[in-house]
Amino acid sequence: MSKTPDPSRIVRVASGQGFWGDWLDAPRRQVEGGPVDYLMLDYLAEVTMSILQKQKERDPAMGYARDFIGAMESVLPAVVDRGVKVIANAGGVNPVSCARAVLEVARRAGATGKLKIGVVTGDDLLPRIDELIGAGHSLTHMDTGAPLSTVRDRVLSANAYIGSTPIVEALAKGANVVVTGRSTDTALTMAPLRHEFGWGASDWDKLAAGIIAGHIIECGAQCSGGNCLHDWRNIPDLANIGYPIVEARADGTFVIVKHPGTGGRISVPSVTEQCVYEMGDPNSYITPDVVADFTTIHLADDGPNRVRVHGIKGRPATDKLKVSIAYRAGFKAVGTLVYSWPDAMDKARLADRVLRERLDRMGLRFDQSLTEYVGVSSTHGPLSVASGEAPEVQLRVGVRADDRQMVERFTREIAPLVLNGPPSVTGFAGGRPKVEEIVAYWPALVDKSVVQTSVEVLS
Amino acid sequence: MKVRLVDIAHARSGDKGDTANVGVIALRPDWYPLIDAHLTRDRVRAHFAGVITGDVERYALPNLKALNFLLHGALDGGGTLSLKTDAQGKVFSTAMLRMVLDVPDDEARTLGLPPAPA
Repeated sequence: MSKTPDPSRIVRVASGQGFWGDWLDAPRRQVEGGPVDYLMLDYLAEVTMSILQKQKERDPAMGYARDFIGAMESVLPAVVDRGVKVIANAGGVNPVSCARAVLEVARRAGATGKLKIGVVTGDDLLPRIDELIGAGHSLTHMDTGAPLSTVRDRVLSANAYIGSTPIVEALAKGANVVVTGRSTDTALTMAPLRHEFGWGASDWDKLAAGIIAGHIIECGAQCSGGNCLHDWRNIPDLANIGYPIVEARADGTFVIVKHPGTGGRISVPSVTEQCVYEMGDPNSYITPDVVADFTTIHLADDGPNRVRVHGIKGRPATDKLKVSIAYRAGFKAVGTLVYSWPDAMDKARLADRVLRERLDRMGLRFDQSLTEYVGVSSTHGPLSVASGEAPEVQLRVGVRADDRQMVERFTREIAPLVLNGPPSVTGFAGGRPKVEEIVAYWPALVDKSVVQTSVEVLS
Repeated sequence: MKVRLVDIAHARSGDKGDTANVGVIALRPDWYPLIDAHLTRDRVRAHFAGVITGDVERYALPNLKALNFLLHGALDGGGTLSLKTDAQGKVFSTAMLRMVLDVPDDEARTLGLPPAPA
């Protein structure tokens, strides 16, 4: 692992997926559009693990991000022939099955023996919850302070966010594909840099730089012109947008770039927007590896579609890991109807009053209900300023309750309004609203010492 | 002079549980001190009165010419519990940019600030 640091050597980590559901073409475009050393694919959002847990309960061979298998198919030639390495948290709650499915892809492509897949496990705490609670780890909700015991019987999944160390270990063992469960998104980028440059576990500034590089590219094109408010009209060729690539050096400085000939834009404003995305206290961005300080980030224009990042400082990591717990939290449904000019808003308001009076008369008491007027005030609420009469308004009513029957009953009350409520109503082609079971997120902390990761290499 | 925040800053927002974060970034580096001075915690609290149920936290990132605000109780419970269209707080950014600032004429002229449309 210890290599002589060559200050001019560049390692390129490309982002090919910002969430499960991102552009299917992006991974292939990243390995074919120009030189990259690593392809980083982030599949896991806060409640993804619980969805995967449910899939695994139905079929013990499932429980991982299926999109990853298609992505591996599309990038296999680059991995096998050109040595591009892939790091993904696609393993979900079943990294071993995920790795086996990837090996099957290689076998079908006649590349048996060409993949060494490092599988990182140990993040899954579901089988250990009672043991942990019994040993005094209350897994208190980080925002509300409630102990996990209050929802214990409704817990679906529990995973510790793990850092870069097991991924580095897998790379050191010669893996060219690394599959993890609930790794932090940022570790997927930082780990290969730590591996390539031989950064130590207490090189806080360099580790922080790797984490911030990861933060900037973990949402895919959101730093390269996608969802970019700054000068959005003039961002070129979004249809052909280039996903970001980190060009990193051993000293912890890096440049954010994209492949030549691609659309989008990498600029100081586009990267700054991503820096502040989902930010808490910028002085302390806490990860399992290091506490990164976002107030030390310096961005500089480095030519067209190149932004240089330097000056980053970090501090020692804490002795805790964040745990992502998912639990069943009742049911919800959302119904919509569209009202047209004239007086669209007045009609929508009247329909809402009629609906609520009926629900009330039936004795339905929801834990939560919300009416929004889409086209008027659904996104900015009372801050919205009406400018003239709305040509049309979508009434959107949502309810939530522990009792599924109550939510079902609500869904029967939307359609009747088409014939027995205010006039000029349409937009009900979708039929009765669907009742959805809510799987909610419970963030907690646990002592690092109780989580043991392990790394296995399959080929 | 009235100056619209949307004409002098850009922004991005996201979620963490029931909290929305809004990062506000000066469109020109020399406009950052003005934004830093005007967007106090109290001012942002007042702006979002009736929109959020919790308090506001404020952090400065002079290195990025940016401010970061945490708006607690912004997302109707947050995540999958929320019934809101914007359950993930994606457009609290533009809600923040609806703010209009009162800037002394001299200062506005010196900084070349665009006046709000009448």
